[in-house]
Amino acid sequence: MSIDLKTVKHISKLARISIDDEKANKLKGDLNNIFEFIEKLNELNTDNVQALTSIAETTLRFRKDEIKSENIREKILKNSPEENKDFFVVPKVVE
Amino acid sequence: MSDITSQSLFELTSNIKEKKLSSGEITKAFIDRAEKSKKLNVYVTDNFEKAIDQSKKFDSNPNFDLKLPGIPIAVKDLFCTNGVRTTAGSKILNNFVPTYESTVTQNLWSQGAILLGKLNCDEFAMGSSNETSFFGNVQNPVGENLVPGGSSGGSSAAVAANLTPVTIGTDTGGSIRQPASFTGTVGLKPTYGSCSRYGIVAFASSLDQAGPMTKNVRDCSMLLEVISSFDQKDSTSIDYKRNCYSKELSKDIKGKKIGIPKEYRVDNMPDEIEQLWKNGISYAKDCGAEIIDISLPHTNYALPTYYIVAPAEASSNLARYDGVKYGFRSPGQNLIEMYEKTRSEGFGDEVKRRIMIGTYVLSSGYYDAYYLKAQKVRQLIKKDFDDAFSKVDAILTPSTPSSAFKIGEKTNDPVSMYLNDIFTVPINLAGLPGISIPAGKDKNNYPLGLQVIGKPFDEQNILNISYALEDKINFKNDISDWWLSE
Repeated sequence: MSIDLKTVKHISKLARISIDDEKANKLKGDLNNIFEFIEKLNELNTDNVQALTSIAETTLRFRKDEIKSENIREKILKNSPEENKDFFVVPKVVE
Repeated sequence: MSDITSQSLFELTSNIKEKKLSSGEITKAFIDRAEKSKKLNVYVTDNFEKAIDQSKKFDSNPNFDLKLPGIPIAVKDLFCTNGVRTTAGSKILNNFVPTYESTVTQNLWSQGAILLGKLNCDEFAMGSSNETSFFGNVQNPVGENLVPGGSSGGSSAAVAANLTPVTIGTDTGGSIRQPASFTGTVGLKPTYGSCSRYGIVAFASSLDQAGPMTKNVRDCSMLLEVISSFDQKDSTSIDYKRNCYSKELSKDIKGKKIGIPKEYRVDNMPDEIEQLWKNGISYAKDCGAEIIDISLPHTNYALPTYYIVAPAEASSNLARYDGVKYGFRSPGQNLIEMYEKTRSEGFGDEVKRRIMIGTYVLSSGYYDAYYLKAQKVRQLIKKDFDDAFSKVDAILTPSTPSSAFKIGEKTNDPVSMYLNDIFTVPINLAGLPGISIPAGKDKNNYPLGLQVIGKPFDEQNILNISYALEDKINFKNDISDWWLSE
C-alpha cells in the first residue's frame, strides 16, 4: 500500500497544517518510506493478543472535586497572542 | 582541589557543606565557562543574572541539610519553569513564559538547587541528533561537527563540557540514554510513573519520563533521589516507596543474574560495539554476577511499534498548539486559516512529519490496521521482558548501534535516523528503567555506552550494577576544550 498525494493533502487538512505542493510531494516520499518500515508489524499474528492501553499498572485515582487555585485569570491570559484584558481573541467566527 | 566546573555533583556538594566553596563561587565558575562556550550552542535561554542573585542569597543563609545546597543546574528546555521562557526547541513556543513550575524542577529547587538556564533540545523532543531544534544544532564537545545525540542534546553536551554539574533530560524513546552514550556521560530513564510528568511539554504521554544526566553513577543516584516523587498532579504518577538511591548505592553485585538478549546483535553492528558488549559481560562476571543468555523475540518490532504509538500520541498532544491561547500565531482571514498557517509556520519539518503519521494512523479506516495493531505488539514486547525478568535481575545491552555521527549526515533520511534508537525504544514501550553508562571508545576515539535495563521500580539494582561496572571500566572522556573562546 502506498500513500498518494491526495491522501497527504487529506491528512494535512485533518492535522490543520497547510502545505504547498512541493512540501506535499516531499512528505509523500518520507511517509511512504516510514510506512514501508512500519508494515513489518503485519508479519505478526496478533488475533488473540489484548491491546496494551496503559503501561502503568494502576487504576486512575479519584480525588475530591475542590477548587485549589483562585483568581488565576491573569496568569491564564498572560501568554495569549493577542492582547485583551479579559478574553482570548480569535478571528471572527460567526458571520 | 580540581577546577570547580570539572567536579562531580558529589564533590561540589561536599565542598559546599564543608565550606570549602560557596554557591556564589560555583555558580560564577559555571557562568564564566558558559560565556566562553557559546560555540557549543547548548543554551536556548540563560538565567545567569538571577542565578548569581540566588547563589548570594543561599550563601547569606545557607541550609546544608538540603540535598543540592546552592548547586547551579541547567535543565532541558522541555521543563516548564515559572517566569523563565520555555520553548521545547520550537518556534511555536518561542515566546512562551510559563506561569507555573514542573514538579521535577520544583523538586530540584526545593532541595536548594539554582536554575542556570534552559538547554537546547530537538523540537518537542522529536529527534536523535538535536538537529530539529528551532535554535540550531548543538556541537558535541567530544569533537567538532559531531552531533551530541538527541533529543536531550544540549543537556548531554552541557554535562560533558562541564557547563552544568548535572542536568535533567526527558526520554521518550532514548532521548536521555542515546545522547549520554554519544557524549561519554551517564543517563537514566526511570520506570514510567517514577518522575512526575506535570509541567513537562508533552510528546508521547505513555512513553515520556524525566531522568538524570550526570558525569558518573553516584551523581545519577543523588539526582534521581531528588526528582523521583509521587505527584497528585500527574494521573500516572505511581505512589510507592522510593529508595534513598545514593545511600543504598553499592558495588556488591555478587550473584546478580544478568541477561544477555541475543536479538540485540543486529545486522551491520560495528565490531567495536560487539567488543564493548563482550567487555561489559566479562566485567560483570569479574564482579561476581551470573551471565544468562536470554531471548526477547519481538525486539525487531519495537521500532515500527514506536513509530505508530509515539506519533499518534504526539498528534493528539500537539493539537493544542493552535495559536489561540499561547505561543506563536500567524494571522488568518478566518479561524481555520489561522490554525493552518500557525501550525504550518510554527512547527518544523520533523514535527510536522510525526503529526502527519500520527493523524494518519488514528484516522478513520486506519485505526485498527495501525494503532490497534501497534498496541497489541506493544503487549508482546512487554511480555518478552516479563518473561525475561522471571529468570534474570537485569539485562545488559549496548546503548546505541553506533557512536556519534557528523552533523547533517542523517538529516535527509528519517528512517536511518530512527534506527539510532533501536536498543532504547523497547524499554520505553515496556515502561522499564534503563541506564546508559560510558563503556569505551570507537576507532575515532568517540564514546560508546552500555545499557543496563531493570525490572519496574528496580532503579537501585541497575544503579548498583552500573556502579560496579563503572569502577571496572574506568572510562576517561579526555575532552580537549576545543570550542573555548577568549
